[in-house]
Order: sequence, then C-alpha cells, then structure tokens
Amino acid sequence: MTNWVEVCAADEIDEEDVIRFDHEGRTFAVYRSPDDQFFATDGLCTHEKIHLADGLVMDDIIECPKHNGRFSYKTGEAKGAPVCVNLKTYAVKVEAGSVFISLA
Amino acid sequence: MLHIVIIGAGECGARAAFALREKGFDGQITLVGAEEHLPYERPPLSKEALLHGLEPKLVSDAARYADAGIAVLTGLSVESIDPAGKTVQLSNGDSLPYDRLLLTMGARPRPFPGLSGTIHRIRTLRTHDDTVAIRAGLQPGKHLAIIGGGFIGLELAATARKLGAQVTLLEGLPRILSRGVPDEIAGVVAARHQAEGVEILCGVKIQSLEESRDEVKVHFEDGRTMAADLIVVGIGAIPNVELARDAGLTIDNGIAVDEHLQTSVPDIFAAGDCCSFPLAHYDGRRLRLEAWRNAQDQGALAAANLLGAGEAMSALPWFWSDQYDLTLQIAGLADGATQTIRRDTADGAFILFHLDAGGRLIAASGIGTGNAIARDIRLAEMMIAAGVRPDPVALAAAQTKLKSLLAA
Repeated sequence: MTNWVEVCAADEIDEEDVIRFDHEGRTFAVYRSPDDQFFATDGLCTHEKIHLADGLVMDDIIECPKHNGRFSYKTGEAKGAPVCVNLKTYAVKVEAGSVFISLA
Repeated sequence: MLHIVIIGAGECGARAAFALREKGFDGQITLVGAEEHLPYERPPLSKEALLHGLEPKLVSDAARYADAGIAVLTGLSVESIDPAGKTVQLSNGDSLPYDRLLLTMGARPRPFPGLSGTIHRIRTLRTHDDTVAIRAGLQPGKHLAIIGGGFIGLELAATARKLGAQVTLLEGLPRILSRGVPDEIAGVVAARHQAEGVEILCGVKIQSLEESRDEVKVHFEDGRTMAADLIVVGIGAIPNVELARDAGLTIDNGIAVDEHLQTSVPDIFAAGDCCSFPLAHYDGRRLRLEAWRNAQDQGALAAANLLGAGEAMSALPWFWSDQYDLTLQIAGLADGATQTIRRDTADGAFILFHLDAGGRLIAASGIGTGNAIARDIRLAEMMIAAGVRPDPVALAAAQTKLKSLLAA
C-alpha cells in the first residue's frame, strides 16, 4: 500500500533546486527540476552520509556539497567517482499545490 | 596486449586505474604501491579515522579491482625506471615491462630540519599507520605539541581536543594558514581553536627538538623550552620526484608535466601531488597541488590522455578543511586579487569573493558550520571558470542567488 506523506507546498521549492525533508527518523531530498517536475531521493550521499540538500542542482544532477559526488536525482544513478552506489529514489506527486512523497 | 603501469597507489593512482577501464581500455593495468593497504582516502586520517580509530577508508574494495582486472601490487616500491627499455625495477627484484607509465607517487611530509635516528615521540601525518601511531599517543591529558599551523596541524588539533589531549600549536609565521587562506577566515579558525582550548603560539622560532624516554622537548631560539608527550610536525610536503629525476625526467617543483599531464618523456605521464602543471586559467602559471579533488581530477585526466585523448587540464584548484563543526572551502587562486567582496550568509557563515583589477572573479573562500557555504563556493567555482565579472553589490547581498550571476 502506498503511503503518501506531505512534504511541503510546491512553491516552497524553487525550480532547479532541492530541499531537505525529515520524516520519522529518516531524511530525504526533494527536488524540483528545471522543467518543473518533482523528484525525491534518500537525503544522504552514499559516499559519506552528507545531506545532499546542501548541494547544487544542475539540470537533472544533484552534486554532493562535500566531495562533489554526482547523482541523477531522477533515477538515483551514481555518476562516477567518488560515488559508486546509487541513491534510492521515491515516487512524488503534487496535489492541490502540495508535494507528496511515497514511502512504502 | 598494451600494459599500463601506475606507480603510486593512492587516491590518484586508483582513480586513474578505474578511469582507464571506464574509458574502455582493455589492456593490462598494474598499480604498484609501497603501503601494505589497498588505496585509501587520506582526508579522514586527521579527522574521523584518528578520532574513532577506524580502518582505512578504501577507495574501492578488493573485489572491484578484481572485477575491473586491475592488478594491485601492495607493499612493493619501485627502485628505478628505465625509460629507454620501458621497464620498472621493483623492490622484490622483479622487473615490470610497460608500454605507458603513470607516476602518481604523491608527496611525503617535510621532516623537521636536523632530526635523525630513531624517533618515537616526533611524528608526521600522511599515512594510515601514522594515524594509528598518533592515536596511540593521544590519551586524555597527554600534551600534544603541533608544529605548523596549516590544515594538517589544525585538523589534528581539533581531533586531539576531542580526544581530550592538551594541545599547543606552534607556528613560525605571524598567523596560522598564511599559505592561501585569507586573514579574515584564518581569524575565525584561530578563534575557534582558542575557544576549544588549543593554545596557539605564532611567530615562534624553534631551535631544536629533543626526545628522551618519557617526553619530548621543544627548545626555542629565545632560550625557553616546552615539554610535551608527543610532537607532530606538519610543515608541508615534499613531492616524491626522485625516481623520475633519476630516470632523467624534467623536475620543476614536482615532476614537470604539460597541460596534458605528459612528462618530458612521451610515454610517461604524472598526476596528483607529485607533479607540477601549467594552469591555463591563471595565465599558464605552474603549480603543484596537494589536494584530494586534484588527485581525483588529474587521475581521471591522465587516464584519458594515456589513451590518447589529448585533453587539457581545466579544473580549478579547490580544497576544503573540516575543523570541529566548521568547514572551510576555497576555489581558485586569490593571489592576483585587487578587490575582496564579503558576502555574509546565515549563522555567521561568510564567503570572500576575490576579484582582479578587471573585475573578473578569480577565487572564492568561505567558512561556516556544516555545509553552509558549499553550494555558493561551488557556484563561485563555476563563475570563475566562466570568467564572470559579477556586480560587486549583487555579490555582497545574501539575497542575490549566485546562480543568477552565473548566467549573467
């Protein structure tokens, strides 16, 4: 069963940007792409547990603020050294101006 | 089958080995390293590894080398290189033929002048084994004297305080971090260390160090002495160039390479801490960097060029340091700056933007807790690379999004 959890209002995330979302002891990163779609991944880099929401979003890439490890936030794919483990991604929907993330 | 040999199994050599495979090289790869460990990341050695006594944080585990068909020879040093016969002579007596050679031999700590013989209480910090030895001497209440107020010394001071040691940091110059870090930022760092109980003594001249069975003494030129349980010397590093020099390669503050990381011998490339290279973005000025990201970037670039890509070095200098919950990051080279713009962001964090006489952004330095300044420094780096001449007023205003200045 899908468990949709409300993150924030859609306009609280700028285009080509990311916010941190903490929920029940877990941390996530929620993104708004330049073409105005929303995405979500685990919040911590797979290299050294750094909050990705402090990093830079460029097109469909999130870059870790610490060591510049890069992931596609759309697919979670690690884009090369120093990161080699993919990020887990989560389904996102926007309803009535709010962003929801799917936590199974 | 083409054989590429990489001498030096640190971050740079390991990155190069994997990058060769990522770029489709299907020949033989041999990575030779003097340490007993597989290649590991050095940044934690002065921080988490020292604090918690961790095992080396490997760049990759053994299985990934095996899967990639990379032969890693650990615990072996190279005795000599024969560029004419295209072989390297190993310390176990074996001779290893190569078609192309990459030198990633790194650097070693600069020793304190005049020290010789068996020394137990005077150490340097470069390897995992150094960290283990220093950790063993850092029980609560022990007095650690650190010589050198650079990044290694300061990170070590922060960790030693967390471990409960009493710490005195000795710097010969009038302030800490005088190489490449602006005064304003060094001041924040110094104040934090003092608040954490580190005694910082600048402008001190050390005559000699004297080790006895139970302690070690620092003798100052003015006649005073100071006793400590352990001394760690962090006064810079010396590039490991001897093999290259003996093989006839050109040396210039490191193994001299061109913008493609090629040495004066065409089949031999060099990358990382051991080489000096011209940086086009700063008028071809030759520099040598001792930095983690540079090791990665140059490892990957050397791999491409070993395979004939002919790509020029374009990455800008960038480095960071973590002390307590503070992170400092610097991008670019500030030497030619004529104007500095300060941008204050949240919670005491700030960034200094360094502009040249033409208003072009050439460097940015920032400090703050956690990753407060990371994103802006990254954007600044992109602005530097793009040669942007940002409006100083907009730059100073925290509400201006740097992304908007990048596009301008």
